[in-house]
Amino acid sequence: MPTILRDLRDLLVSLKLTVVLLVFSILLILAATLDQVNLGIWAVQEKYFYTFVVYMKVGNVSLAIFPGGFTIGGLLLVNLLAAHFYRFKFTWRKVGIWLAHAGLILLIIGQLLTGLWQDEYQLRLDQGQTKNFSESYRNVELVLTDTTNPKFDEVVAIPEKPLARLETVQHPKLPFRVVVKTYFPNSSLQLRGPMQPADPAAPATQGIGPRVLATLQPLTYKQEERNIPSAYVELVGPDGTLGTWLVSPWLDETQRFSVAGRDWKIALRFARHYQPYALTLLKFSHDRYAGTEIPKNFSSRIRLTTPDGRDDREVLIYMNNPLRYAGLTFYQAGFENNDQTTVLQVVRNPSWLIPYVACIIMTLGLLIQFGIHLTGFIAKRRPAAV
Amino acid sequence: MKRFLPLSILLLALVAVVASLLPPRYAGEYDLAGFSQLPTLVNGRIKPLDTVARTTLMVLQGRQRVTAPNGRTVSPAEWLLEVLYRPEVANAYPTFEIVHPDVLALLNLTPGDGAGEKRFTYLQIQKGVEELARQSKLADAVETPLRTPFQRAVIQLRDNVVLYQSLQDSLVPPGADNFLAQVARLNETIPAGLAAVTAQRAGQPHDAAAAKALLDLSDTFTGLETLGYLRPIPPETNRADVMGWRNAGAALRTSIEHGRLDPAMAVYTGLGLAWRGYRPAAFNTFVKEYRAGLDRDIPGLMRKCDVEARFNAAQPFYTAMLIYVVAFLLAVFSWLKWPDELGRAAFWLVLVAFVLATAGIGVRMWLEGRPPVTNLYSSALFVGWVAVALCLVLEKLYRNAIGSVTAGVVGFSTLLIAHHLSLGGDTLEMMRAVLDSNFWLATHVVTVTVGYAATFLAGFLAIIYVVRGLFTKSLDQATADALARMVYGIVCFATLFSFIGTVLGGIWADQSWGRFWGWDPKENGALIIVLWNALILHARWGGMVKQRGLMNLAIFGNIVTSWSWFGVNMLGVGLHSYGFMDAAFWWLLAFVASQVALILAGSIPLAKWRSFKPAA
Repeated sequence: MPTILRDLRDLLVSLKLTVVLLVFSILLILAATLDQVNLGIWAVQEKYFYTFVVYMKVGNVSLAIFPGGFTIGGLLLVNLLAAHFYRFKFTWRKVGIWLAHAGLILLIIGQLLTGLWQDEYQLRLDQGQTKNFSESYRNVELVLTDTTNPKFDEVVAIPEKPLARLETVQHPKLPFRVVVKTYFPNSSLQLRGPMQPADPAAPATQGIGPRVLATLQPLTYKQEERNIPSAYVELVGPDGTLGTWLVSPWLDETQRFSVAGRDWKIALRFARHYQPYALTLLKFSHDRYAGTEIPKNFSSRIRLTTPDGRDDREVLIYMNNPLRYAGLTFYQAGFENNDQTTVLQVVRNPSWLIPYVACIIMTLGLLIQFGIHLTGFIAKRRPAAV
Repeated sequence: MKRFLPLSILLLALVAVVASLLPPRYAGEYDLAGFSQLPTLVNGRIKPLDTVARTTLMVLQGRQRVTAPNGRTVSPAEWLLEVLYRPEVANAYPTFEIVHPDVLALLNLTPGDGAGEKRFTYLQIQKGVEELARQSKLADAVETPLRTPFQRAVIQLRDNVVLYQSLQDSLVPPGADNFLAQVARLNETIPAGLAAVTAQRAGQPHDAAAAKALLDLSDTFTGLETLGYLRPIPPETNRADVMGWRNAGAALRTSIEHGRLDPAMAVYTGLGLAWRGYRPAAFNTFVKEYRAGLDRDIPGLMRKCDVEARFNAAQPFYTAMLIYVVAFLLAVFSWLKWPDELGRAAFWLVLVAFVLATAGIGVRMWLEGRPPVTNLYSSALFVGWVAVALCLVLEKLYRNAIGSVTAGVVGFSTLLIAHHLSLGGDTLEMMRAVLDSNFWLATHVVTVTVGYAATFLAGFLAIIYVVRGLFTKSLDQATADALARMVYGIVCFATLFSFIGTVLGGIWADQSWGRFWGWDPKENGALIIVLWNALILHARWGGMVKQRGLMNLAIFGNIVTSWSWFGVNMLGVGLHSYGFMDAAFWWLLAFVASQVALILAGSIPLAKWRSFKPAA
């Protein structure tokens, strides 16, 4: 074997690499924890963990300053696998170590899959309200709905990315092009004063747009706040422009228009995730300890129904007791509107079982290893103590 | 003589412990013990008035003892009676601790005006209350982490004044004359007043004065209901129903509706009149009769109140703290002289303190009906408890006083930390909704805390290695090897527990929030401890560190653990940020600096160490 390959192999299986990688992961986690004060928990995960390289902005340049979670986790995985294949020799004394590391490999893989597959949404339900979808907390979509046929709606949803990049979108179901003219990742809306000459010109020509002005706001990373975008969108038909609309989740009012005899709705809303069943909030309860405002429990009594009628039952979601149904987990996340609205966090994580298995294997391994050490230690001491 | 030393020291310690456990004696003719055990609902928990008095005093002035202007020591129960019934007396007791010079200036005070240069009376503060309110309003507008020390001090004093006032307004509204006497006559005035009001509404001749008196009283009661802090009045039927306990204003308001005075309210009125009128016999009768009724209706709750009041008075953690100090000193001296005798004495003292702390933690668990760790305060108690337990095992195995020295240091310092954490108020708190799960508190929280304790213990053992090796000649090779084995073993133990604890936390998170890992600061802190312990073990297995390196890594473990335990709480972000604290930040920094200094000391070349010199 050439020397360089042997050197590489020796490096990959070495404990030194393990220790160095452990130091790197500790530093990465520490930095990510501290940065949460500025960035909030979501941005931190993207910046530090679900990435190969951590970048830092110096002036206008993004500099790669540190390996990201994928790099360190991947290298740890390679190091672990390499060391074990290379040195694997079954002995009972080592079985604990082997188990612990096998569990660790599984745990890292599980976290990787979680990073790739996990989605989180929110479901807000007013008392008595029924919904069969949950909403993304952070991502929006531009929705164009053909409402001509009273029996059904035809919906075209454009995700956030092309909007943010100000792309022009064409779709076979749309008799027009969608041209995104302006996109504010976070915004506020104001009513435009009547004929005030000081007001800037309105980019919007249709719908509510001419009466409202959207302004760009700095992005917020606070945990309890969210960014609410706005966009100016021009629709261009074969015979020229149809006009420019202002769209934003801030707007409650539906904006309608007609093109070539068909009726349309346009809206920018938080991205929806539809599920083949509906949830109705029967009652939200907020229990407090006697004579205080200290919350004792939050619970939502919910009716769960499927269109085929197979499921029609009441469930109770409360602290430490989520509803798991059809691959989604609904847990009690908050409340609004003077205890009239419940906020459920909805998580889809197909790999949720992996950490359980991994942890059982690792715990078993560590217990065996520690047990071997302890019995060895006691056996060694006994003759000395006599 | 030397032979009897361990036994006599043990006996002395036992005498001290037993003396501290005896029922508290109250001077004077009033049944203050009986009064202090009466129950009240505060912050969602039924507790004895004694606890209210002591925790309020801790919050206001950082200690439980009150010294009257004439130099007499006033018990917490007596202080509470003065606050409730004789505000003019209580207001002259120096019970507000103010140290910030700018806050003092705001109130036109100087340290010299206060008792012990820092404790002031309500009367002294009263003139500046409006300015204090204005300043704290300004400070409120600033986000908590950005407040200056002055702003924090202003807000703290404002909160303390509000607490004191609302405690004072629990039974008697502020500024009311003869209020207790009026309440005592309610059984006559209510029927007369009601009759007059009914007649008035019907347009018939009536006693206008009686009608007006009743309406005025009703207004006063409604006002009192919004003020009162204590809820000492149980429902007339089904006293065990915690939700039904009311404050005095609510009880008086319903008294009018019922046409007669609430019996428990009658007792508190009678107690007040007897206290104000210097009639101990009447006072004691009220306590005794009320108490007899409570014993009949809610025996379980009353038992808890009795035990809690006794527990408060005994202060087992304070006694244990003192014994740990003595044990530490004896163990250190055992390295210089009489290793067997002093070592044994130290071991026994640690054992006594440990038993006492165990009993204290046990009583708290019984009172609360919870596993040992429920908040930052109890985690400090438990970290110390676990570390000392491990030290006792080490000492039993090695008999070289290292276990006792470490137990003394760790036991004392964790109890000291706990003492400072208790300044925030009652440490038996109700668990917020997410945390209200005995199963996960008993598994995840306990295991993670054991992991903290073990990591700290490894660090302190390593400190002994460095300090003894560098500064004394007493560290021979055998002891050094023994220490290395101890540290290695404890690190293994710490890895196991911190890992299992972190994993259980993940499972809890998955069970309650639907995700195993959320990169929340507290989770990250626990993960860093696991990674650090794993790093120590791998570095040792790979031969990258020898004895000294192992010790330095273990000392760094102290920094990692203290960060995870307290540091992340100071960030004030994340789902776990229930224990925000800021004053402790500088202490944390100082601790980290001291550990870094020790690591640097441990890195000094062996040739400069006083131990390990080649035999000349």
